[in-house]
Amino acid sequence: MVTLAIQVLNSFYYASSLFLIACGLSLIYGVMRIVNLAHGSLYALGAYVTAGAVLLAGTQPSGLVFLLLPAGAFAVAGAGAILEPSLLRPLYTRAEEYQLLVTFGLLLILEDVMRFFWGALPLFPSTPADLLGSSSILGTTYPNYNFLVIAVGFLAAALMWGFVYKTRFGVILRATSQDMRMTSALGVNVKRVYVLAFAIGCFMAGLGGAITVPITGAAMGMGVDALVLAFVVVVIGGLGSLEGALVGAIIVGFFRTLGINFFPEVELAALYLVAAVILLVRPAGLFGRP
Amino acid sequence: MSTVDPSPVLFGLTGRLRGAAFAVVLLLVLPWLIPPYQTILLSYGLIFGIAALGFNILLGYTGLLSFGHSAYFAVGAYAVAFLVKYLHVTSMELSLLGGIIASTIISGLFGAVCVRHTRIFFAVLTLALSQVLWSLALKFYWVTGGSDGLRVPTPSLLGGLIPGTGDKVLFLSRPYYYFVLVVFLASVAILWVIVNSPFGKALQAIRDNETRAEFVGIQVRRCRWLAFLISGTFTGLSGALWAPLNGLVTPDVVYWPFSGRIVFLTVLGGFRTFTGPIVGAVVFNYLETYAVATTVYWQFVLGAVLVILVMTMPAGIVGTVGRLALRIKRVT
Repeated sequence: MVTLAIQVLNSFYYASSLFLIACGLSLIYGVMRIVNLAHGSLYALGAYVTAGAVLLAGTQPSGLVFLLLPAGAFAVAGAGAILEPSLLRPLYTRAEEYQLLVTFGLLLILEDVMRFFWGALPLFPSTPADLLGSSSILGTTYPNYNFLVIAVGFLAAALMWGFVYKTRFGVILRATSQDMRMTSALGVNVKRVYVLAFAIGCFMAGLGGAITVPITGAAMGMGVDALVLAFVVVVIGGLGSLEGALVGAIIVGFFRTLGINFFPEVELAALYLVAAVILLVRPAGLFGRP
Repeated sequence: MSTVDPSPVLFGLTGRLRGAAFAVVLLLVLPWLIPPYQTILLSYGLIFGIAALGFNILLGYTGLLSFGHSAYFAVGAYAVAFLVKYLHVTSMELSLLGGIIASTIISGLFGAVCVRHTRIFFAVLTLALSQVLWSLALKFYWVTGGSDGLRVPTPSLLGGLIPGTGDKVLFLSRPYYYFVLVVFLASVAILWVIVNSPFGKALQAIRDNETRAEFVGIQVRRCRWLAFLISGTFTGLSGALWAPLNGLVTPDVVYWPFSGRIVFLTVLGGFRTFTGPIVGAVVFNYLETYAVATTVYWQFVLGAVLVILVMTMPAGIVGTVGRLALRIKRVT
């Protein structure tokens, strides 16, 4: 019973961080039809920026350290606002191969940018997690910081939903994703929409990295690992679907917890196999438009 | 983008044959002119050239972008490693055969699944399946050695006529180079015949217009599957050749950035030409080696090259050179 509760919490923690990465990937694909292979590296960049900021602030425990957490998210959003017009905009009219290649090149570049600024050794900025301590759940201790991650993940999902479905900009965003030319003809500045959509997607990825870095730490290659898992989430939920990203993240979160407990050797293989099967029978995923 | 290979227009058949003969002679005498280290580097280039040519059957000729070709390369490489470790096979010919059979089976299976989709779904599907193999290679460490990988000792060539013992550098830079060269030339010849056969023309018809190809009576899915099979098999052959040269097979060759690397070197050379992937593989190999030797930030260099390449010369090295030559010829 106790382990079950812990496992459920772990699954939600995992789902929360996966959602933050996957929803940006899905949003960018939905609006711009670009599969961003560098998305995992943008997540890693968010983790590194926050880790660097927290470590710079020193080991003196202070509540102010929480103000540094969003630094990664804003930095990555800023990077996105620069990258979209400079690297991606010339490619919208070109074949998909080139878009994949440019984002793959960006991935290689970002990996070394992070190595340049923060070194090849992993960073562990655990101060924020240590400050919150842990609470006892049915006699077992559980870190309070995990609750914060879960809360941020679901709050982000709610805000994102409200933003896309309840605001004027959300309407424009959805219109652009459905028919870019028509929206442009109606007087919408599509270039601006693209920059904003890309920056928002980057913001979510950066937030995902920044919020989880006090627990997982920041290490080389984390972006490359994160990207394929985000792909699995997006494929299960449906490329370009926001609800899909949330449901996909929860499914993958629970699947991984199950896998780690019952079939650790084939856990990852089974996950990719599930993604392949879903892609095969229903390429639009659970929530995507076919 | 309808960039057509300009070489048939530029040079006649005899001209191209002459060029090919020159390249073969150059490759034959090079080991006697350059230091052993350079010869080994060239072997890597030729081996990746086979992988890129195989990959280009799908990308350049069938119009399908696979982002999971690391899987077939790795199946070839791991097959050789398994044969050495568990069956104590030292003959390179047998290992090569094992690698080819294994990669044919896997690419046949994966291909049957993947060709049901095209475009981005095809790319993601190939990616997901290659990741299945990656996680198996990583997690079943008692079979695959996990992240430490498997060691592959130098094999014996020509049925034991040339033993794999003794000076490793000498072995790799002379007998093994010529072995690689022979396999490379055979692969190029076979793939050239395939590409110029009616089947190859059918693939190009599918690439250019799927619906029309179907109306003409081409069995689109069957052709795509065959192209996938051929592509995966040659990539596997390349992996099998690579294993003894590298001496170590790790899960890194199954991980998805390795697939990206295969795409990279193909596009670097130019995927709308037959020879482009070979040039791309050799150039990429030198580029990577010198970037790694001169800076710790070699990934940055490669990434920047890739971005600039796509932005300024999407036709690749061979495509761009060909187009320039064509323009000069028209002017004069």
